[in-house]
Amino acid sequence: MTSKNKNYGLVVLGATSSIAEAYIRLVAKERGSNLTLFIVGRNAEALESIAADVTARGAGNVVTRACDLADIDDPATLVAAATGELGTIDEVLIAYGSLPDQSKTQTDPAELEKAFQVNFTSTAIWLQAFANVMTEQKFGRLAVIGSVAGDRGRMSNYAYGAAKGGLERFVQGLQHALAAYPNVSATLIKPGFVATPMTAHIEGRGGPLWASPERIAADIDKAVKRRKLSVYAPWFWWGVMTIIRSLPAAILHKTKL
Amino acid sequence: MSVESWGRAFGYDCTVDEPDRLSGVNLVASSSRGTAIHGCGRSYGDVALNDGGRILRTRHLDRFISADWETGLIRAEAGMSLGELLAVAVPKGWFLPVTPGSKFVSLGGAVANDVHGKNHHKVGSFGAFVTDLGLLRSDSGRHTLSKNNNPDLFSLTIGGLGLTGFIEWVGLQLVPIVSPMMDVENIPFANLSEFFDLSGQSEEWPFAVAWIDCFAKGDGLGRGIFTRGRHSTRPAKLVAHPEKPGLSWPGETPGWVLNKFSIKAFNALYRRRSGARFCGQQHYNSFFYPLDGIAGWNKLYGPRGFYQHQSIIPPEAAQEGVTEQLRAIEAAGQGSFLVVLKSYGTETSPGVMSFGREGVSLALDFANRGARTQRLLRRLDDIALAAGGRMYPAKDGHMLPRTYQTSFPAWQDLEAARDPALMSSFWRRVTETGAKSTA
Repeated sequence: MTSKNKNYGLVVLGATSSIAEAYIRLVAKERGSNLTLFIVGRNAEALESIAADVTARGAGNVVTRACDLADIDDPATLVAAATGELGTIDEVLIAYGSLPDQSKTQTDPAELEKAFQVNFTSTAIWLQAFANVMTEQKFGRLAVIGSVAGDRGRMSNYAYGAAKGGLERFVQGLQHALAAYPNVSATLIKPGFVATPMTAHIEGRGGPLWASPERIAADIDKAVKRRKLSVYAPWFWWGVMTIIRSLPAAILHKTKL
Repeated sequence: MSVESWGRAFGYDCTVDEPDRLSGVNLVASSSRGTAIHGCGRSYGDVALNDGGRILRTRHLDRFISADWETGLIRAEAGMSLGELLAVAVPKGWFLPVTPGSKFVSLGGAVANDVHGKNHHKVGSFGAFVTDLGLLRSDSGRHTLSKNNNPDLFSLTIGGLGLTGFIEWVGLQLVPIVSPMMDVENIPFANLSEFFDLSGQSEEWPFAVAWIDCFAKGDGLGRGIFTRGRHSTRPAKLVAHPEKPGLSWPGETPGWVLNKFSIKAFNALYRRRSGARFCGQQHYNSFFYPLDGIAGWNKLYGPRGFYQHQSIIPPEAAQEGVTEQLRAIEAAGQGSFLVVLKSYGTETSPGVMSFGREGVSLALDFANRGARTQRLLRRLDDIALAAGGRMYPAKDGHMLPRTYQTSFPAWQDLEAARDPALMSSFWRRVTETGAKSTA
C-alpha cells in the first residue's frame, strides 16, 4: 500500500489526452502537495497549461517534457530524466494514442505502419523501459490504455484494433514476467466510447454507452490501486464485448461493425 | 445536432464545436449565421443558442491559469463551472463572492450574464468581483480587459451576453470562509407588505431571498417564506459539496401532472413543512443550490418545456408592480412552483448591460402551454416595463424587441461592440437583425 502522506512520483505519457488530464486532476486532488508529476506530450503549450492547472489544484511539483513519444530514439534518455526528477517512480500511466482513418490504412502502407508505431510498437517500448525501472526498484504501478477495439478485429477499425489487441498480448506477457515482483504491477484499461472534444460532433454522443473522461479516470484509479490485470471502463463493456467476441464469423460478417 | 436550452421550450439545430484548449478556439463559423458561445447550457432561453448556426461549447476549457490561495485571487478558463471552482476553493477556505442558484454555471457565462445572487442587496452582481478577463476577438485578437485596461470594452463584456468576443479566462477575487456552513433563518410571512418589512429588517444579513405562494389571494397575496443567511463564522472542516447530485429526475413528466391543483398542493405542503420556520445551520450546497441536488429537474415540466420570467422593478414602483404581476398570474390561472422574490441593492458591477439594479425582482417559471403562456409572459413584461423595470436575458425566451430595447437602452452600444463573428438566437430576436426566431 502507498501512503497518501509520502511523496508520490507519477509519470504520464500522453498527458494532454482528455483521459490523462482527468486522471492527473484526480490524483492531484487525492495527494495534493505530496504529488510530483512528470508529464510528457507533444504540445509544449498544452503541457504548460496542464501544469499550471494542477499546480493551482495543489499538486506539489510538475515537470513537463515536450516530445513525440511515438518517435523513439532511445527510451533511456526520457526514463533517466523522469527518474532524475522524481527520485523514485511510483506510477506510470501511458495514455497517448491516435485513432487512424481505417480506409487510409488500407491504401497507404505508411499509414498502417504509423498506426502500429503510435498505438503498439512505441507503447510496448515505453512499457518495457519503465517496467525495467520498477523491477529494479522493486515497486511501482504501470497503467496503459488499451481499447475495446482490441477485443475483436472488425472491418470499421481493424488497424487500430490490431494495435490495441497486440498491446493486450504484450501487457499479458509483461504481467506474467512481473509476477515474481509482488509490488510491481501492470494494468490494462480498455475504455469504450469516451466523450472527448474529438467526438463532439458525433450524433448520439451522451447516450448510455458514452462515458466522460472523468469516469474513465476514476476507473483507472480504482484498477491501479487494486493492481488489476485488465479492466473495461466503464465495466459494462465487459458484457458488450463478450457478446461481440462470441458472435460467429458468419453473423459478424453480415454486419458493418 | 439539436441543442436545447435549459427551459427546453427551444430545441435548435446548431453545429457544435468543442475545443479542448484555448489555442484551438476559432470564432469564425463557415455559415453566415455566426457563432454563439455556449457554456454549461443553463440559460433558460436562447442567449446561448444559435438557430441554424454554430455554437462553441466551452466545457473543456476548464483549467486554472493561476491561483493564489493566500489572497484568494484566481484566474481560470471560461468553461470552468462555479461548482468545479468551489470543489477546489472551499477546502482551501475560499468561496464565490456572488453565486446564482445553480453551481452548474460556467465562469464565462457568469460574466456574460453578469449573474447575481442572494447577496445582491449588499454587494451587487458577479461582475463587481471580476478583476480582469481575457477576450479573444475575431477582428482584433487577444485583449486583457479590466477597469483600467480598455474599461469600455470591459464594462460591455460584463453582462454583454457573450457577444463582445470570446471570454477566454476570468480573473476573480474570492471571499474567505472558515466553514462550509451557513447560519440560516427561514421566516414565514403572510403577505407582500410583510415581505417588504422583512426585507427592510434584514439589511444586516448578507444573503436574503423569499419564496412565495403564487396562489394566495386577497389579503394573503404574496405570502411565502423569507430566507436569510450568512457564512458561519464558527470554524468547521471545509468540506465541499458532493460531486454527484443525490437524485436524478426519473424522466419526462407527462404534461397533465403539473396543473393548478398539483401546484397548489405542493405550495401548501412547502409552506407547512418543518423547514418553513427554521433557525440553524445549513451546508452551502443546500442553501445556495437546492435544485442542483436533482439532476435533470428541468424535465419536470414535460416534453414542451417551460419558460422562466424574471423581472426587476425599481424600488419606488416595486410593491405596486409586483402586486400587479401576482394578480395577473392569479387571473391567468397558470401557477408556478419556483416563485422567487428578492430585493436588490445599488448595482456595483461595472457592467453596462447588466440586469441587476436597485429594486425588487420576481422570478417565476411556467410550463409551456403555447399561446396562453405567451400571453401571460407578455402581460408580465408590460407590467414591469410600465413600472420602469426590465427582464433578465439569461432567462428570457419570449421578449419582444421593443421591450428589450426600451428596457436596455444601451443595447446599441453592445451591438456596436459586438464581435462580427458572434451572434445568438436571442440577439437576432431582440434586435431583429437577420431572420426572426421561430419561437
